[in-house]
Amino acid sequence: MTRIGLEIHCQLTKLESKLFCSCKAEYRNLAPNSNICPVCAGLPGSLPILNKKAVEKAAMISLALGCTIPQKIGFFRKNYFYPDLPKNFQITQYNAYGPTSIGSDGKITIQGKEINIRRIQLEEDPGRLVYEGKSMLTLVDYNRAGTPLVEIVTEPDFETPKQVRVFLNVLADLVENIGVSDPYLEGAMRVDGNISEGDGNRVEIKNVGSFRDIEKALHFEMTRQQSLLERGIPVVAETRHWDDARRITVSSRSKEEEQDYRYIPEADIPIVLIRNESIETIKKQMPESIVAKRERYVKKYGIPAQVADVLSSDRFYSDLFEKSHNEKNAKEVANIITTDLLSYADTREKKLELKITAQHISSLADSIMDNKLTRNSGKQALQEMVKTGKSLLDVMASLDLGHVSDVNSIEKIIDEVFKEEEKAVTEARRNPDTINYLVGKVMRKTKGKADPATTLDILRKKLSS
Amino acid sequence: MNLGISATEFVSQAKVGTISVEEFVAKTLDRIKLVEEKVHAFITVDNQNALAKAKEIDKKIKSKDKVGICFGMPVSIKDNLCTAGMKTTCASKMLENFIAPYDATVVSRLKSEDAIIIGKVNLDEFAMGSTTEFSYFGPSRNPWNVDYVPGGSSGGSGVSVSALECLASLGSDTGGSVRSPASFCSVVGLKPTYGLVSRYGLVSYANSIEQVGPMARTVEDVAFLLNIISGYDSHDDTTIKNDSVDYTKDISLGISGKKIGIITQMIGQGVDQEVVSATNRAISKLQELGAECIPISLDAVEHSVAAYYTIASAEASSNLSRYDNLRYGFDFGTEGYEFKAFISKARSNFGPEVTRRMLLGAFVLSAGYYGKYYLKAQKVRAMIKAQLDEAFKKVDFLISPTMPILPFKVGEKIDDPLKLYLTDINTITANLSGIPAISIPFEISSSGLPIGIQLFANSFEEKKLLQAAYALHKTTHLPEVPL
Repeated sequence: MTRIGLEIHCQLTKLESKLFCSCKAEYRNLAPNSNICPVCAGLPGSLPILNKKAVEKAAMISLALGCTIPQKIGFFRKNYFYPDLPKNFQITQYNAYGPTSIGSDGKITIQGKEINIRRIQLEEDPGRLVYEGKSMLTLVDYNRAGTPLVEIVTEPDFETPKQVRVFLNVLADLVENIGVSDPYLEGAMRVDGNISEGDGNRVEIKNVGSFRDIEKALHFEMTRQQSLLERGIPVVAETRHWDDARRITVSSRSKEEEQDYRYIPEADIPIVLIRNESIETIKKQMPESIVAKRERYVKKYGIPAQVADVLSSDRFYSDLFEKSHNEKNAKEVANIITTDLLSYADTREKKLELKITAQHISSLADSIMDNKLTRNSGKQALQEMVKTGKSLLDVMASLDLGHVSDVNSIEKIIDEVFKEEEKAVTEARRNPDTINYLVGKVMRKTKGKADPATTLDILRKKLSS
Repeated sequence: MNLGISATEFVSQAKVGTISVEEFVAKTLDRIKLVEEKVHAFITVDNQNALAKAKEIDKKIKSKDKVGICFGMPVSIKDNLCTAGMKTTCASKMLENFIAPYDATVVSRLKSEDAIIIGKVNLDEFAMGSTTEFSYFGPSRNPWNVDYVPGGSSGGSGVSVSALECLASLGSDTGGSVRSPASFCSVVGLKPTYGLVSRYGLVSYANSIEQVGPMARTVEDVAFLLNIISGYDSHDDTTIKNDSVDYTKDISLGISGKKIGIITQMIGQGVDQEVVSATNRAISKLQELGAECIPISLDAVEHSVAAYYTIASAEASSNLSRYDNLRYGFDFGTEGYEFKAFISKARSNFGPEVTRRMLLGAFVLSAGYYGKYYLKAQKVRAMIKAQLDEAFKKVDFLISPTMPILPFKVGEKIDDPLKLYLTDINTITANLSGIPAISIPFEISSSGLPIGIQLFANSFEEKKLLQAAYALHKTTHLPEVPL
């Protein structure tokens, strides 16, 4: 049996400032070492000041994952030398001397599979090393140093790499939904895995660039371990790095040499007391969970389960849905978002480029429901609104998308088609299954504006007369 | 002009113009020039800025502009407190050329009250030591006899105040580093309650126990400085939000009716006879002033040295990890080094005492030993605190000699770290428990060396403690420093 556990680093990207100073938490796209101060650069004499909002956000994640929050939380220093670490220790949390990390003993059920969360700890991100090709020098950029993140440690409850992927997708949706992180920002969510086969030794996998690659890395490692064991060769307990170019894991250091982090309590940060009332307040502030949202969509609006699933798990689109729907058009709005809009904008960048508003979607849904637009024309209108942000009326006028549903107009067009397509008319009288060809001709003449049901109705009448 | 006046006296004269600040500062700088080669208190002297600032303050006084309450008082600062634009070396090669981009909170508070930072003073490297011999820039010497150590680690602070090179100084006290040089140099030195004074800008050695402390020639001066430097700081989460207290007000209230506990463990075995006699005379004086003195036993104190060196070294090993020469320090070229080799090479430049404590600290924190050493030391710490809590239910103050021995000769104990560590026995109790303690110059020994008396009070009872210290200090008649 394969057993896989995960350590997920998730930056709290929705915070304004770093974990221990007032520098910006958003370090991306800034000139190197321009987002630093004496505290996050670890200058002599500087002291960390805990960002209380980070504690709240970490508590939200802990609650969302069913963790227990202790009455007191504390911080520890994890000591190791590395150039991206300005103090040569990382301020983190540690439970070896009693539970003082923000969350522990949680649980989340995904597709019927129960995944236990061992602990959640709040900690600071290190800086970043930059390798400059020509100079042979390693440069350090401390802009990221001190960025708040939570490390989520699971029990080894996964049995397949696929379960891992599903879990990570759910987790990404979850942190996005509760508004603590944008998991799709570069480097915002990073995953290390550990994996063992049967009674074999545990291997840790690090350096997986994107959390999508973890499935591949775990899969490679699972196969490697299985084939070793089949040949009677024991698996070595070690840390392996994912080599992105070669798509394999490579041994990095054996367990024996593993670092001793010499944990010590961080005395510069007093113990934080967490009162029950504050937990209750945080609970009240938490947005509706994805599961509850999905249930509401199905029960209240009769939205099909699959559509509700897609809609509820994406914070951006569920927010859009909440703003654009009303009791009457909810189903149509859900339909427009999940079948049409999603295909235009499935990435973060594309979502940001969308010019469409809730107002657009709401009026589009109403127009379709009132038969003012065919679904087909609706698609065209949506595409145009996404690009230009113009109102539905403007778009309908400029693309000439008005719905043709009055019998007289459609009859006239059908008469024209009958004249032009004598052969097809004869064929359709003989074999009613070929009627769609004629429907298509009518649609082409009306640029898709003719109401399909009315067209079919009239066609049938005329053919049988 | 008398450079030996108290800081308080200086303020009252400068305020009314009977002292010219510029003249006083210039004289002080002359004095520094004269005595430095004998005592070596300073690492950096800021001649030009000090004089310019003095002129500026004189001008403000003359034109009746608003002037800060220090009125240009020249103050020295231990060189482990950050000063923007002035080197902060920690007496280490590792920070030989380090200039902090910011002021420590205590420094900025002094500056905003128009104190003049006349220079930065010597210490044991990163404040680790009790003699100021472990300085990268060479030892400081005792103004009472330059063959003798001045105590430490704030030796430069003690010496500069004692040798009339400034009116007051800020030191830092991790295990007695303010009180030891105060005692050996015959000045007043206070270790405030942990959390009363901001540590922002104090280069950390053992951050869970150390405090910045004022040193001066009178108890009133120390109270005056404490008024300025104490209080909540948004840059230090360990500072306490207390109502502000005027420590100088009612300082002469006396100690009649107060109860004082004599810590039996600190006046018994291993304590110099002359020190014991002086302490007994101090107790008699206090009784004459109306205090009641009773013996108090704190047996946890017997484990305090072991606990202190375990905790302080553990914290030091972590706090000093950042000195890897990557971001600041001294330049030896990066070419050809893999980063681990670079860091090892850079870190081989710490002095012997710092290296010793970092190794000891790394050992006690290593996997499998944490419970055996660090946690046990924390238990001793809790025991000491509990025994003190009990004691303070019975008495208002505790008393002991500050140092168990008289100042000794430079070089005499430098090769025997254990013997040096044991000289901290009377001071570290205050650090491990967080309570305030003050050293008061009391007598000069037959050999002409100072003896200091230490008083302790319960946490945040500095006001009471300073009243008692003031009363005791008033009973003394000490000679002028023979330098």
